[in-house]
Amino acid sequence: MTDTTLGSTGSGHDWSSPASRRRVKRRYAADRRLQFYGIAAIGTAMALLGVLFVSLIQAGYAAFTTTKVELSIFLDPAAISQEKPGEANYRRIVRDAFKAYFPDVTGRSDERSLYKIMSSGSDYIVRDYVVGNPGKIGENVKILVPVSDPFDQLYKRIIPRRIDALSSDRIALFDALKQQGVLSVEDGAGVAKVSVFIDPAKVPSEGGVAAADYDAMIKDGLRSYFRNEYSRSYEEIISATAAEKLQSVVAADPSVVGKIVEVKLPLAANYDNLLQTGQATIRNPRFGSDVEFAWFDSLEKRGLIATPFTWELFFNADSRFPELAGLAGALSGSLLALLICFVLSFPIGIATAVYLEEFAPKNRTTDLIEVNINNLAAVPSVVFGLLGLALFLNTFGMPRSAPLVGGMVLALMTLPTIIVATRAALKAVPPSIREAALGVGASRHQVALHHVLPLAMPGILTGTIIGLAQALGETAPLLLIGMNAFIPSVENIGLTEPAMALPTQIFSWADSPERGFVSRTSAAILVLLGFLVMMNLLAVYLRRKLERKW
Amino acid sequence: MQQLDAGSVQVLTSLKSSTAQTIGEPKIVARDVSVYYGEKQALFDVDVNVPRNSVMAFIGPSGCGKSTFLRCINRMNDTIPIARVEGKIAIDGQDIDDPELDVVELRARVGMVFQKPNPFPKSIYENVAYGPRIHGLARNKADLDRIVETSLQRAGLLKEVKDRLQEPGTGLSGGQQQRLCIARAIATSPDIILMDEPCSALDPIATARVEELIDELRQTLTIIIVTHSMQQAARVSQRTAFFHLGVLVEEDETSTIFTNPSDQRTQDYITGRFG
Repeated sequence: MTDTTLGSTGSGHDWSSPASRRRVKRRYAADRRLQFYGIAAIGTAMALLGVLFVSLIQAGYAAFTTTKVELSIFLDPAAISQEKPGEANYRRIVRDAFKAYFPDVTGRSDERSLYKIMSSGSDYIVRDYVVGNPGKIGENVKILVPVSDPFDQLYKRIIPRRIDALSSDRIALFDALKQQGVLSVEDGAGVAKVSVFIDPAKVPSEGGVAAADYDAMIKDGLRSYFRNEYSRSYEEIISATAAEKLQSVVAADPSVVGKIVEVKLPLAANYDNLLQTGQATIRNPRFGSDVEFAWFDSLEKRGLIATPFTWELFFNADSRFPELAGLAGALSGSLLALLICFVLSFPIGIATAVYLEEFAPKNRTTDLIEVNINNLAAVPSVVFGLLGLALFLNTFGMPRSAPLVGGMVLALMTLPTIIVATRAALKAVPPSIREAALGVGASRHQVALHHVLPLAMPGILTGTIIGLAQALGETAPLLLIGMNAFIPSVENIGLTEPAMALPTQIFSWADSPERGFVSRTSAAILVLLGFLVMMNLLAVYLRRKLERKW
Repeated sequence: MQQLDAGSVQVLTSLKSSTAQTIGEPKIVARDVSVYYGEKQALFDVDVNVPRNSVMAFIGPSGCGKSTFLRCINRMNDTIPIARVEGKIAIDGQDIDDPELDVVELRARVGMVFQKPNPFPKSIYENVAYGPRIHGLARNKADLDRIVETSLQRAGLLKEVKDRLQEPGTGLSGGQQQRLCIARAIATSPDIILMDEPCSALDPIATARVEELIDELRQTLTIIIVTHSMQQAARVSQRTAFFHLGVLVEEDETSTIFTNPSDQRTQDYITGRFG
């Protein structure tokens, strides 16, 4: 339709010429391409974010429940005094209560294995319960105490009871041997029928066949079945008792020395299993013995195992035991540090920005300051940490690991962000408002304080909250000033007390070898992300609420 | 003046009678006022007397310096870092550059109304009360209420807004906003009001209301209005100054400028040859 109505115009350009139409087509194609790039970029970002969240939730959700065992304890007034309920031997009380579930277990080492099922912190949990409820002394109470980390992980099916004993390349070696038809089962035991050369050189003249190096002979014999294999890990396939077997063969018939004999050698235990059952597993080394599983299963069968929500994650302080570790210390440390950060950076940042934007003359000095502020926003945070270490800790001698210093370092880091955001917000206030205020005779500070600053406030607050959210997630500067102290109690919280912060807590948990800290780490990251999302929502809310039209 | 259309001539002749009255000593005297923006000179040696209690219109093509000169009178050019003003301007015989004179006080005494209505994003009441409050013109709340009411009354806005003084000033219509700005300007009881194209963003009906208001305010105030509309200049002003390329070409009674200008450039501009 377009080509018939438009066609050639009088101006000399033929809008319907093929070249023109091609150009239009190319332009549309370019539009679509640009859109596609944008959508593809957003899609990639969303997908990666999705992967991050899925993996965090997968790893972290387990930490939001704790496997606990119900103890029924008689709080014996003879053992626990009313006056000093905190000083009884709770370890004994807890262990006796637990032992009561297993009357059959006797012997010190068995008992010790039994108590390993409970968390080492159980004593303190019961003590805290009694101290909190002294009226219960003399009664029978039921208290949930966490089980120890391996059983927690076992119950949540994060770790298995048995793990593969052999790696895939060992199994490949085994299969290679099997294909050569030398493996068989005889009298319930796996054997390998191997040709071994009874090397006279390995039979010493002194001692004769009794002292010969049969082990070496077997290894040499095996060699011929693995011509292309250099690792020698195939030697494990044959049991260590094979040498004795060969010795008995040779001892029975010394004439075989110097000849090749075919002997049936026993397989090592794991390979024997593999041959007979098709799989080779061993008990997970995190557990002491198989009887522990039976004990735990019996607890489960009796309905004594429960998995309530882990309030401890928010109310406990850090611990060496993952089933007891919580974020209370880290949350309070982060909160205090952020408070200091806000109290310092908000007024200083706004004052700086207002001066630079509204009052400062435009000259070389202010240009230099401006450039430096913009560059400071890009300085790696670890540098601020070093500055804090050198200045606040070493020069001023302020307390190490304290939220006060952490907050000061974070404030240094947040200041440029706040200044830049505030200046942008001030710039966005329309000049007509300044003119109006000047026009009725407002002085410059009145223009700034009465009109420009209130109008810029939504932008300033947004920038501040974004800056604080950034500070909340900052790890490196806090590590440098030592805000990764191990704080196992929430009793001493203060600006100058040693403390932990959320990101440093995550860092330290991520470093811990216990399996339970893996999910604890992910859970802590989820908590941190939750706080960041809340702060950003607050920023959006404040902007919506305070934004005024002009 | 054969080029002027019949309507304009009619308006002009009806105005002639009202402009005849002579006024004593001029309210504003400007001598050799030049303005530089950096290296560039925007205004060249302007000499003008603005008579008391009258309306003077500044006309001229865009960029001719009329707004620049207007902004010299309340020293708004001070707020532009690269602007430099030379020459003397005196209000009631007092030099406005006198270090004794506070610029904040000057701006309270010389109100200003801008091209685009720019009420503060606050309530109607606060818009008007702000000036008196920062200058301490009201002794108490009742006093302030009275000032706000009188100012809105004089700006012809009171009837429309008296029930919603606490509502935001930005919620009013464009014409009402501009009258609110005028109310805000007269709330500090100035004796001069500078208007920089106050009607250019308004519709004809709102423009008519503002022009009526200007005519009423003229009884007690000296008003300078910058306008692009020659009809408006003819309707509201007693004297008119024509600026061109930073030079004050001609300044005379409005009727004279529009019927018998002495300069060829004025003639060309008002007959629409350029601008």
